[in-house]
Amino acid sequence: MSRPTAFYDLEGTLIRTNLVHTLGFFARNQPGLLRSLGKTARTALSVPLFVAADLYSRKVFNSLYFRHYAGQSEDRLRYLAQELFEEVLRPAVFPGAYELLDKARRLGLRQVLVTGALDFTVEALSAHLGFDDCVANRLEFVGRVATGRLLPPVMASATKASWIRCFAEREGINLSDCFAYSDSMSDLPMLAMVGHPAAVNPDMSLRATAERHDWPILNLR
Amino acid sequence: MRAQPRYKQDDTVVYIDRSSAPRLLFYGEDLLLEDLPVGTRVIYPKAPMQGLANPEAAIRYALNHPEQSDPLFAQLRPGMRVTIAMDDISLPLPPMRTPDVRQQLLEIVLELLAAHGVDDVHLIVANSLHRRMTAAEIRRMVGSKIYNAFAPDRLYNHDAEDPDGIVNIGHTKHGEVVNLNRRAVESDLVIYLNINLVPMDGGHKSVGVGLCDYATLRAHHEPQTIRDSDSYMDPPRSALAHKCNRIGRVVDEHLNVFHIETALNNRMYDGQMAFISKNEDNYTEFDRLKLEGLKWALSKLPRAAKRKLMQAVPAAYELVACYAGKTEPVHDKILQRNFEQYAVKVRGQCDILVVGIPFISPYNVNSILNPLLVQVMALGYLFNFYRGKPLLKKGGVLVLAHPCHDDWDHEHHPSYIEFFNRLLPETRDSFVLREKYEREFAENPSYIGMYRRGHAYHGAHPFFMCIGARTAGSTSARSSSPARRTRTSPRCSVGSAPTRSARPWRWRRATPARRRRSRCCTCRRSSSPTWSERSWKPAASAPSRRASPSPGADCSCWAGPAFSARSRWPCCCTTSRRSGAST
Repeated sequence: MSRPTAFYDLEGTLIRTNLVHTLGFFARNQPGLLRSLGKTARTALSVPLFVAADLYSRKVFNSLYFRHYAGQSEDRLRYLAQELFEEVLRPAVFPGAYELLDKARRLGLRQVLVTGALDFTVEALSAHLGFDDCVANRLEFVGRVATGRLLPPVMASATKASWIRCFAEREGINLSDCFAYSDSMSDLPMLAMVGHPAAVNPDMSLRATAERHDWPILNLR
Repeated sequence: MRAQPRYKQDDTVVYIDRSSAPRLLFYGEDLLLEDLPVGTRVIYPKAPMQGLANPEAAIRYALNHPEQSDPLFAQLRPGMRVTIAMDDISLPLPPMRTPDVRQQLLEIVLELLAAHGVDDVHLIVANSLHRRMTAAEIRRMVGSKIYNAFAPDRLYNHDAEDPDGIVNIGHTKHGEVVNLNRRAVESDLVIYLNINLVPMDGGHKSVGVGLCDYATLRAHHEPQTIRDSDSYMDPPRSALAHKCNRIGRVVDEHLNVFHIETALNNRMYDGQMAFISKNEDNYTEFDRLKLEGLKWALSKLPRAAKRKLMQAVPAAYELVACYAGKTEPVHDKILQRNFEQYAVKVRGQCDILVVGIPFISPYNVNSILNPLLVQVMALGYLFNFYRGKPLLKKGGVLVLAHPCHDDWDHEHHPSYIEFFNRLLPETRDSFVLREKYEREFAENPSYIGMYRRGHAYHGAHPFFMCIGARTAGSTSARSSSPARRTRTSPRCSVGSAPTRSARPWRWRRATPARRRRSRCCTCRRSSSPTWSERSWKPAASAPSRRASPSPGADCSCWAGPAFSARSRWPCCCTTSRRSGAST
């Protein structure tokens, strides 16, 4: 039997930024000023739509959100990802996140990041926070250009739970000994399948759910 | 054996007779008014001692005339590093009116430090593994002026899980590890401000426990130590106190501690609420009106509002003594003053002890008294408030009055919830719980996060509560039969303590009809009603107190030590916590 594992959501849980911040960063770093302005304006105008779509369905949100990456070159995205980490993601890590990860590490837990963000955007952050494994969404590239679609499996909501179950089976992990941390109600399946779930900086609905289920509620801000 | 008449001995021990009024019992956030059987012994607290006319002068005198130590001013020099640690919100109970005695102490000590050019001063709330106090609570405790000057950089809660904030200073000769707050260890002088309310507080426990980490606390907050303590409210017979003293002596070797201890009187309620502490026989019509009004209001309110209402009434404690200097002589003197105020001599143990569990304990200020804390209050605290012998004889029955709702505070007691729901169904053996699960809870990153960044008790805290509550059971278990042992186990006492009259564990509200059929707890013989709860007047046929036949004459079972004692918070804790030996 492998050592117990702690599964973490990223946006809103360990860092204060969300997917839209990442998209905004790429939008304002387009080649050419006009293109940057146009892309940024389009992203800003899309925010209400993102919010509504996220409330309706995570799947719909993903299809709308990742469409904005269509047409961008893989090289450029990967190049900017390092800047994204330095300028946006690292400063956005909650102070309590380091403590939480440190305590989990001392406890001997294997640290796994399970996020709906794009893999190349979180690679550096994952290494910085000392995760043992990281699973994230993968953008589809054709001819090294993004199509705006995701490669399956798409990490969101129930898919995270499904991936964790497969991971646990493969690694011989007892999920009852595992921990999971998330800030969002959409990750309820992931939280529900481990023995030690915790709501981190939760939204109202997750807070209510956590209180109903007697889960710890953490504030890492 | 010839029956002895039982008279009202004094103001602190009163016997129920046929003309006695119904008695008031706390029942969580509610109040119960119950007729008790004739012959029941009711224990009241002593009258509050007169508070010091000039507390400031007394504090200054203590600082200038310390016990076995140089005066505080003589220990100060410019540029030195000073740490002032103080008790957390668990003392006093309920929180006292402002200004809190810690504020009074701080104002004088800080003024003295400033006058001697001591600028490097940190104020630390010695909460150990208790929850961090909120900013509002700290502000209330130390006053706005001090809070604004020091918080948050130089006034903060102790953090037992800060890897950089804890340092090891050695071991006791028995191998107990001593880890303490780094700031305190690295200070030239540590000043501890203490409020002593129960004998297990204060002394070496202040620094050695208040500023330690889990590893240090684990050495003495464990089942065997508690089992080896006859009563941990009786320091000379408490293994817990002995271990704390050992740790304290290591602390004294490495730290320069100037201990300031205070004793308060027991004026828990005054003004319009003073009737709660009075003998019900002495109630005025206005007192009865207030009581009925309060009961009515409480009956109409939801639980959360009741809790808020009851906890909103601050205690009217007054300072009765202040000593400073070396830890041990100071603590000895303060304990003497505490016993003067709180100890009530009770002759003879009882078969049945009835206690009402109030709405508050050291671990739920501004929070919920959850079922685990109810058990701790009953078996850990109320049962143990004795010196000599317990109020309840071996194999006796403890009747607890508390609704014991399945209510939990997710912010303050998250680990309690898992402990109660996951572990207790598996086992209630505190040794097994400690060995199997305590470290898992203590090291749970979620609970550590909630302790450090929220206001949660440490993950291991419910285990300490569980072992605390074991004392009552283990004290009885030492010489009682297995059957009796079961009756005094935590579970039975809290959940379903059987009585000989087969009453449900909750002390039922006596209706007039039920009172008419009220029976002696021991022999089941009926006694006639004497008081009407509605009218608060004695029945016309009730004989006078002096003329009433003694219970012993009525019923031979009363002749032996078979009477029930009724205690009431604060009466119970304040009397039996420091009660004189019952022999």
